[in-house]
Amino acid sequence: MYIIVVGAGKVGYHLSKALLKSQHEVFIIERSARKCEAIREELGSMAFVGDGCEESVLREAGTARADVVISVTGNDEDNLVACQIAKHRFHVPRTISLINNPNNEKLFVELGIDVCVSSTDIILSHIEEELPAHSLVHFMAIRGSNREVVGIRIPPDAAVVGQVLGEVSIPGDSLISFILKRDGTLVVPDSEAVLGSEDEVVAITTEEGEEALREALTGVA
Amino acid sequence: MGCGRVGAMVARTLWEEGHQVVVLDADPESLRHLPEELQQEAIVGDGTLEEDLRNGDIENTDAFVAVSTGDTANILAAQMARHVFQVNNVICRIDDTARYKIYTELGLKAVSSTQLLSNLILQAVHS
Repeated sequence: MYIIVVGAGKVGYHLSKALLKSQHEVFIIERSARKCEAIREELGSMAFVGDGCEESVLREAGTARADVVISVTGNDEDNLVACQIAKHRFHVPRTISLINNPNNEKLFVELGIDVCVSSTDIILSHIEEELPAHSLVHFMAIRGSNREVVGIRIPPDAAVVGQVLGEVSIPGDSLISFILKRDGTLVVPDSEAVLGSEDEVVAITTEEGEEALREALTGVA
Repeated sequence: MGCGRVGAMVARTLWEEGHQVVVLDADPESLRHLPEELQQEAIVGDGTLEEDLRNGDIENTDAFVAVSTGDTANILAAQMARHVFQVNNVICRIDDTARYKIYTELGLKAVSSTQLLSNLILQAVHS
């Protein structure tokens, strides 16, 4: 694939190296001449100095034949504009934007950016996973809706331990997708499924509904 | 959003026409361009942040004008005003003429000072 990367900061640099390694054709657009020069010295003439938010720069980089444009600068507004121009002017099939401010993710999805990668959210979900006190982990937001996929680990002292799913009142805006049992088996839930301590329940819910869902599954008797 | 010469003049004019105007700029120094009354209402903040826009009561505004000198910041703020806060009348300054064209096609009400100024200069040359 031909992949254009906008921004050669730490993310852009390591990303480009990884993409090159997996045999993709990669081209980097970077504003800073110094950073650009460093990349040319290490990786060859696959970068040029320019503003990836400008149509003429994107044109020169061959965006019209790009399969993917990935914008990973530290400024959300620049990432948005680079992706929108790639999408609307050059009809790039897949645009990917780094999101620095997690509040922007919804808007960017609505504005047609194909994939949003929120660095804060990723770090946060890793931290959530590591913290035993945090029983709810965000896996992903579902495009074009306000729904999200979450994982909830059932603590040993939860009221639902030993109950069948049919007895548990799950909030109306949430849907249990599957249960990953403590022993690693996967259960597609029906009303007879028994909930156990340390089971991971994966569910679809909404931002507003997640707290009620968490309470329903982790609340102490 | 944006209290440079253009932003300050737009704000002052609308205010003199009797509208309620809130000016937002990240640089408190820039607010000196404004009349005293508007300075008091002004907000020091970043127009690309939802929370700063909320501080300006954007949910109840009739029009949002993004006229900072940063095209991409204006573009993000304008689309945020329209899609997140459902502001009906959104005007966005985009100086780069290629970008101006693209976003006009995308339905944004855009104004390009480069385009306007060069048109005026060309008219003057030809007259």
